[in-house]
Amino acid sequence: MDGKNIKLRLGKSYGFQWLIYVLAFACLVPLLAILFYIVKAGVTKINWHFLVNIPKPVGESGGGIANALVGSIIIILVAAVIAIPIGIMAGVYLSENRRSRLAYWVRLCTDILQGVPSIVVGIVAYFWLVRPWDIGFIHHKGGFSALSGSFALAIMMLPIIVRSTEETLKLLPDSLKEAALALGMPFHRVIFKVVVPVGISGILSGVMLSVARITGETAPLLFTAFGNPYLSVNVGKPMQSLPLLIFNYATSPYQDWLNLAWGASLILLFWVLFLNIFTKVITRKWKVQL
Amino acid sequence: MESTIIKSRNFNASFGTNHVVKNVNIDIPRNHIIAVMGPSGCGKTTYLRCVNRMHELIPGATSNGEMKLNEEDVYQMHPIFVRLKIGMVFQRPNPFPNLSIYDNVIAGYKLNGIKLPKAERDEIVERSLTKVALWKEVKDSLNKKGSFLSGGQQQRLCIARTVAMEPEVILFDEPTSALDPISTSTVEELFHELKTNYTLIIVTHNMQQAARVSDKTAFFFLGELVEYDETKTMFTNPKDQRTQNYITGRFS
Repeated sequence: MDGKNIKLRLGKSYGFQWLIYVLAFACLVPLLAILFYIVKAGVTKINWHFLVNIPKPVGESGGGIANALVGSIIIILVAAVIAIPIGIMAGVYLSENRRSRLAYWVRLCTDILQGVPSIVVGIVAYFWLVRPWDIGFIHHKGGFSALSGSFALAIMMLPIIVRSTEETLKLLPDSLKEAALALGMPFHRVIFKVVVPVGISGILSGVMLSVARITGETAPLLFTAFGNPYLSVNVGKPMQSLPLLIFNYATSPYQDWLNLAWGASLILLFWVLFLNIFTKVITRKWKVQL
Repeated sequence: MESTIIKSRNFNASFGTNHVVKNVNIDIPRNHIIAVMGPSGCGKTTYLRCVNRMHELIPGATSNGEMKLNEEDVYQMHPIFVRLKIGMVFQRPNPFPNLSIYDNVIAGYKLNGIKLPKAERDEIVERSLTKVALWKEVKDSLNKKGSFLSGGQQQRLCIARTVAMEPEVILFDEPTSALDPISTSTVEELFHELKTNYTLIIVTHNMQQAARVSDKTAFFFLGELVEYDETKTMFTNPKDQRTQNYITGRFS
């Protein structure tokens, strides 16, 4: 092997090492760019006034996003209240009945559900809850409402909670359940007093991630929660939320509304960031050492 | 006159089509230590798990025949009730990792939702831990997690947890196979203490252990109960050729 050849080979090797280094770094760029841009544009807009006031009508300066903040919190809380119990129970079922036919279908459906575009979920919620229907003995009046938005978001949370609960519980040793059963515990107590508490960190992390996932969802809310320029806490009526506010105000021609959209973007971003970090912290802290 | 506490007649157990316990007939006397020994895969653990109906928890597992606790058919009783009367200690120590040592001992009450006054709970914890010779070692760290203890201590904690429920029979599934020799001998000494209040059935693949601790020994081979006799007789004068081959180490 001559010297020239080995140099070429070393050069290629060196070049490749650089290439993967640069490409790995390139993955950081979008997030950093987004963070930088939104922080730069949004940070000057945020103050106390911004957090506790509702948007002003066009022409008046100032205003805040209190209605969207409150709305987002309510819509997400209601979605969580719907999705968490169903999701955890279904996850328990899947981990307890790994080979049953129902488990197969549930698994398949949650996998597909996870891939369904959020706007489609929104349309389904729209057809079921927002449009009026009448099947003889039940008259559904319909209408845009926060509840229908929560319903759509709950559908999006479900697969994440189900699968993360299942994966967490599957990892728990059988000996744990046997210990409980051998003490004469009935099945529901084995699940609620032993299996779920021991797996709580994994289950919670799934729940938190699902919340982080739906926090920024706009599409399902467009024709369900609809948005509302005023502060509303009635879940039966249209309600504002952060993504909707951003969607509506960022495309408006008014500088005051653009400012609100930037500020809201920053808050949304930090909300999701906080949820992700919080999830990491509690999963570490609440992890039960087996 | 010793009274029989567990009685099996023509007892069979299978996993699907795999027939692992074949036609077992056995009478287990009260307040005795019974060792169940045999080579791997001979059905001894499966038989043990049938006694408190843990066997049926495995998908595809079936059993038939007669299994009686104090003349009452175990398979007519509710499994939860059976398992309160017949406790079980497993091969690997399995304390509840989310509970403190204290809570692990009263887990059978606490997790079953049985409310007891604090004084009574304290008493149960102290009495149970004393019975398994663990009280002195852990009395200052009752609030620490159960997984904080060593393997041998964890196993004794699991025995204490079972003892706390005041069962009539305690089943041990190779209770020392995951322990070091010193912990093993501590646990073995415990068996003699426990005998006064409970009936112990111990599955072991360690012949010396069977010889050391038990009053009677049952030898299982390929799912059959080959021989069941006083431990002394069994080890000095076995009647069946297969038993003799096993204890002389011709197969294991």
